[in-house]
Amino acid sequence: MKSSREWPLWEIFIRGQHGMSHRHVGSLHAPDAERAIKNARDVYTRRNEGVSIWVVEAQNISASSPSDKGPLYDPARDKVYRHPTFYDIPDEVGKM
Amino acid sequence: MTTTDDYALFEFLLRQGDNALVLGHRTSEWCGVGPVLEEDIALANTALDLIGQTQLWLAFAGEVEGKGRDANDLAYFRDPYDFRNVLMLELPNEDFARTMMRQFLFDAFQVPWLDALTTSSEQRVADIAAKSLKEAKYHLERSAETVVALGDGTEESNARMRNALEFLWPYAGEIFSDDEIDESINRKRIAPLPSSVRDVWNRVVDQTLSDAMLSRPESDFSHKGGRTGFRHTEHLGHMLATMQVLQRSHPGATW
Repeated sequence: MKSSREWPLWEIFIRGQHGMSHRHVGSLHAPDAERAIKNARDVYTRRNEGVSIWVVEAQNISASSPSDKGPLYDPARDKVYRHPTFYDIPDEVGKM
Repeated sequence: MTTTDDYALFEFLLRQGDNALVLGHRTSEWCGVGPVLEEDIALANTALDLIGQTQLWLAFAGEVEGKGRDANDLAYFRDPYDFRNVLMLELPNEDFARTMMRQFLFDAFQVPWLDALTTSSEQRVADIAAKSLKEAKYHLERSAETVVALGDGTEESNARMRNALEFLWPYAGEIFSDDEIDESINRKRIAPLPSSVRDVWNRVVDQTLSDAMLSRPESDFSHKGGRTGFRHTEHLGHMLATMQVLQRSHPGATW
């Protein structure tokens, strides 16, 4: 199969019944965005997992490079004071 | 069954249930061999929707009949001449083009038809129709889009859709062929005459075919015999042999 005849790859994000934000659930192939949403509906929401679907063509996602791991993430490691762990959250606040 | 009214209702319910059952089984034949994974799953979902609708229609049919037959009995222990589906739905899948063209021609009927049934004087018919309508609307969106995409696609996909349309067209009209059962059901306001949704069907089909760069065949000739059970095609028996073999070999088997 020539690659030019393959449908593009789409990344699928679904917001579940219980609210919260859209979550990446996987990817699939489709000829266009509308069809990608329909395919996502059939592939990823058949057990009632979603109330909203986002699709984005995989080639439009820019990702950080694994080789930049050190400079990107290491500096945050020893800065514990950035975590909100120094005070108690009342139960009534619920999930944060 | 005690009255002729019950007889008409029973036949009517078989027609609804058998259309869903036979197309559902044909569609399920794609499971695992669909052209791409995404379509494979979509087809399996469609098949499951249709089998779900079948259970509702045939369960009700069995109750109306009053002989203690449930949906499974009606699905697995009737012979071809007892089936009441239209002929178009029992024809072999052949290829993805014919499968989707048939799905489209049926969906374009099913959406206005089920919509009309939601106001049935028989509450249970209205309830089943309301549930099935949501599924049918999605099926129609999907099948119409596919007909357009393939019709207005490559030379090969267009040729395959053209062949599918020409092959199926002489079967498409049967679904509108009213008979005395339809008239009896219509008198009691259980359902309108099937022919009453033909105008809507024509509009949707004409628009979609034109978007798909396909020409609507001229002839209005239609094969008949499925919905009355008078004469099915030779394909139904083969299909039922596959579909029913497990229950016939091991009656009452469950998992």
